Amino acid sequence: MANKTVEFTVGRNPEMGVDGLPTPSPLEPFDLPEPELTSEHMLVNIGPQHPATHGVLRLVCELDGETVVDVTPHIGYLHSSFEKLGEHRTWNQIVPLTDRMDYLAPLIYNCAYVMSVEKLAGIEVTERCKIVRVILMEMDRIFGHLLWLGTTAIDVGAFTPFLYTFHERERIYKLHERYTGGRITTSATRVGGMMADLPEGWIEELKHFVATFPATLDEVHRLLTGNGILIGRTQGVGAISAEDAVNCGFTGPNLRASGVAYDVRKDNPYYDYDGYDFEVPVGEHGDCYDRYLVRMEEMVQSLAILEQAIARLPGGPINVEDPNVSLPSKTDAMSDMESMIHHFKLITEGLKVAPGDCYFPVEASKGELGMYVVSDGGGKPVRWRVRPPSFVNISVLPKLARGHLVSDLIMINASLDIVLGEIDR
Amino acid sequence: MTPPDKSGLDAIEEGPVPSAAVGPTVAGAPADPSGHPSVAALFGRFGSAVLHHGVSAGSQHVVHVEPARSLEILGWLRDDPAHRYDLLADVTAVDHGGGRPLEVVYQLWSIPHRRALRVKCLLPLDALEVDSVVGLWNAANWLEREVYDLFGITFRGHPDLRRILMPMDYAEGHPLRKDFPLRGRFSRAEQTRRALAQDLEKFYTPHDIEIGREPQQVTLPVPPASGSQGPGAES
Repeated sequence: MANKTVEFTVGRNPEMGVDGLPTPSPLEPFDLPEPELTSEHMLVNIGPQHPATHGVLRLVCELDGETVVDVTPHIGYLHSSFEKLGEHRTWNQIVPLTDRMDYLAPLIYNCAYVMSVEKLAGIEVTERCKIVRVILMEMDRIFGHLLWLGTTAIDVGAFTPFLYTFHERERIYKLHERYTGGRITTSATRVGGMMADLPEGWIEELKHFVATFPATLDEVHRLLTGNGILIGRTQGVGAISAEDAVNCGFTGPNLRASGVAYDVRKDNPYYDYDGYDFEVPVGEHGDCYDRYLVRMEEMVQSLAILEQAIARLPGGPINVEDPNVSLPSKTDAMSDMESMIHHFKLITEGLKVAPGDCYFPVEASKGELGMYVVSDGGGKPVRWRVRPPSFVNISVLPKLARGHLVSDLIMINASLDIVLGEIDR
Repeated sequence: MTPPDKSGLDAIEEGPVPSAAVGPTVAGAPADPSGHPSVAALFGRFGSAVLHHGVSAGSQHVVHVEPARSLEILGWLRDDPAHRYDLLADVTAVDHGGGRPLEVVYQLWSIPHRRALRVKCLLPLDALEVDSVVGLWNAANWLEREVYDLFGITFRGHPDLRRILMPMDYAEGHPLRKDFPLRGRFSRAEQTRRALAQDLEKFYTPHDIEIGREPQQVTLPVPPASGSQGPGAES
């Protein structure tokens, strides 16, 4: 073995020559015995505070070298028992809890909850309210997918798309703020309507977003879709067959990437979704790359729905006229005796929902979001259950990651598009 | 209403008051089974094991089945080609309070037939056990763990039945039961004391501990002591 020399450039090096130049330091060669590699498995803990777990998710990985033998996800770090809290609140007081679940697409959760309660109570909302909710839900689908896109790109080492997507997200944040006053915690819906009508000029801002957003999406497409690194990291990684995906409870883009065209908006339509002209993108291989493509195309389809919904947005009231459901205007509550009584009863007792139970599935950005509410006829729910799409999707992670490398585990986790606020609830 | 000698905080500690109604309130009036093809077929095939059929929220069909035969009935619903409920959307439970039985609720969806069905099993409080459906739908794995964690219902045959949302050493019971106070059973002081005294090993599964207990013995190559071999010596 020949001598090796290394150059030290560290100023503190005691072997620094008198002229300030580093002196070559000979390394003694030695006989390197083969390390005795054992075949024992190694236990590696990822998270809960790790940027690649996309939240406070803890993954305990059993590794054979660099290969994942098994993964045990540990969740519950964000558990706030929203469902228990909901049993102590009136129907409308639950709305703020819903947007704290999926803070990446809060308006979908706001809408899904009140839609379930309205279905149980037999309340038919106004046409304007329906279309406003469709607009808000589709806007937040793009909102949620954009976060997924940026963070997934970072996980494969691409930083630029992150800046693009977060710039676009900021525009939707501003639309949130303009309408609801909150950027993340929107709490925009009420049973029987919305907290307020859309502000003046809001639709024009949204139109501007719809018109200019495709350019950014095209740029991200050019940066990522044909990118050799992304393709190498995602194609054939974390693949799941259509049959397994259904059996494991996959919904949303994750299921559609496996080739199952199940979309609640098409198969169990609500709010006249069957009247909108849009396609359901379906993948073929069920791997991380197909999940990427499906979500990219879903944003385009959401834009198409947004355009149609904006075009057909009617005027008229946004809340139902029933005084037992909607609060009277502040002026009425202060000047009209009957309105004041309704206001008082609604605030103190909450509105009454007929006894029964209702499961209302909605296509959220992560998958099928089901709100299951049980009422005994009182002002508070007996049970409020959220069918969390991310919770079921992440439970499949061990099955997807087995046999892949640790770096693939990070990619698979990113491709599932989870949000821990909703997994832990 | 809260009695006058109690403060509002006492009411929070006690938890929600069970409603005055008695019996499974959400079962609803019996409905016509012919309104839903799967319900009619269920009555024809399983007869007395299908205890009740009702329609809730306008159009949602609910069947109550005998807990002892739930696995058989759900398996048939999944596999029969005329019904084919291949997507288990949700498994959850409902506690109506007042000592009434707990309901285990299965939300089924058939992707080929675009049809939904809700199946319920009523479990009395002294026999909170039902067969696990993980063998039928993998999706039930975590959902049943969550029901076990939050309601204390045991799923027979579940491969990995342990707490999922609450800490593994959580000692206060099952939070979503109606007799569980909103702020927990232990005082803040007791909760803090337990949090500080907890054993970190409890946060690993038994399998994890088994792997992690013995540190891996890797013999690292040791370079020979300096001077024993001169520079350029043959290796």
